[in-house]
Amino acid sequence: MSASPVYLDAASAAPPHPVARQAMLAALDDGWADPARLYAPARRARQLLDAAREAAAQTLGVRADELSFTPSGTAAAHAAVLGGLVGRRRAGTTLVHSAIEHSAVLHAAQRHTAAGGDAVSVPVDRLGRLDLDAWAAAVAAPGVALAALIGASHEVGTVQPVPAAAELSAEAGVPLYVDAAQLVGRAPLPAGWSVLTASAHKWGGPPGVGLLVVRKGTRWESPYPADERESGRTPGVVNLPAVVAAAASLRAAAADAAAEAARLAPLVDRIRARVAAEVPDVEVVGDPVDRLPHLVTFSCLYVDGEALLHALDRRGFAVSSGSSCTSSTLRPSHVLEAMGVLSHGNVRVSLHRETTEADVERFLAELPGIVAALRAEAGVTDL
Amino acid sequence: MSEPDETLDCRGQRCPLPVINLARRVPGLPAGAVVRVLADDPAAAVDIPAWCRMRGHEFLAAHPDAGPAYDVRV
Repeated sequence: MSASPVYLDAASAAPPHPVARQAMLAALDDGWADPARLYAPARRARQLLDAAREAAAQTLGVRADELSFTPSGTAAAHAAVLGGLVGRRRAGTTLVHSAIEHSAVLHAAQRHTAAGGDAVSVPVDRLGRLDLDAWAAAVAAPGVALAALIGASHEVGTVQPVPAAAELSAEAGVPLYVDAAQLVGRAPLPAGWSVLTASAHKWGGPPGVGLLVVRKGTRWESPYPADERESGRTPGVVNLPAVVAAAASLRAAAADAAAEAARLAPLVDRIRARVAAEVPDVEVVGDPVDRLPHLVTFSCLYVDGEALLHALDRRGFAVSSGSSCTSSTLRPSHVLEAMGVLSHGNVRVSLHRETTEADVERFLAELPGIVAALRAEAGVTDL
Repeated sequence: MSEPDETLDCRGQRCPLPVINLARRVPGLPAGAVVRVLADDPAAAVDIPAWCRMRGHEFLAAHPDAGPAYDVRV
């Protein structure tokens, strides 16, 4: 028996916004030439690129010359971290970051420490909230070049105290980089950051477009070999049709963000309450109040995460997991680990503009039976 | 590292098996007994303390270099 598909993994990639498709098709016809050249088709491409930059900057409330398009959100995060460290190398070699940063940020941090730099990881509490006292001490230590804080956790949804962390960083004279991949196009941006990144496929744009914003006056230097594209911040010709689609869909998503948040947040509340009430031995994780409107994570005791994803997939549900058995490294999610919450049997559900109440109801109706069947199969029902 | 009342060897077992085997063993132990779980799956470091919290047992200590091992008072 095949079930109708219900896609609940917007935090990995949101289904494309219809505006993105239209804009990409138009730009494929009109924006294939190299925007840096001096002839008519190039000028047309340049106009499209300038308009996309202007639109994206306006949506984020920044200056157009502060915003660069990158080949992905991951590339933007790498550039933000490494460029922020290079630009402040005279101030020191320490990177301060939260324990729950995206792996792209942590991998850039590893590159930095492998080259002789230092990285200090600041803990979070059981709900995934940054420890601000530890943050204050870490950024005030001598030799800190850059601080990195995720705007809201991509794994558990907890919104981070960015304004307070930014204030503490500013008092210490340390610029703050905010990974806003789960915020841009969904929620208002916090204040106080110097560098910010985002990823188009999280808001309904195409994959392969990231945003890197470096505020005026920030000491940031490209970590890459010299290249004149994108104000010298990221090398190579941009994928212009995808960039145009990203900017158009960002504007559309941001225009609907407040209404979408008001629609999705109660559905997430419903999932949190019903999963906790109707699935025995489940831990719903993340801050129940100060959280993203569209994302919820829970762990089911004694259940194998991979088996749970496959069972849900067979019933048509697409979700992701932070359990170790679902990762290529066979390690549990560093976010769940940092929070000290159950890591096996983990499911992350993330909603989007096409998610209906009926989708959520069907998920909630089927989940308890799916978990119970897996527990019965494993012989753990009475433990 | 003091001697436990019971040692449960879960080395080579993938998550969530160490936690399941711990949960299976506990009902046969007297209240207050200390059980040491040997588990080399990295998830055990997170999941054994989380299980203790969910089930009301006391997580005593992790010994990362000896097993790794996790001590639980039931």
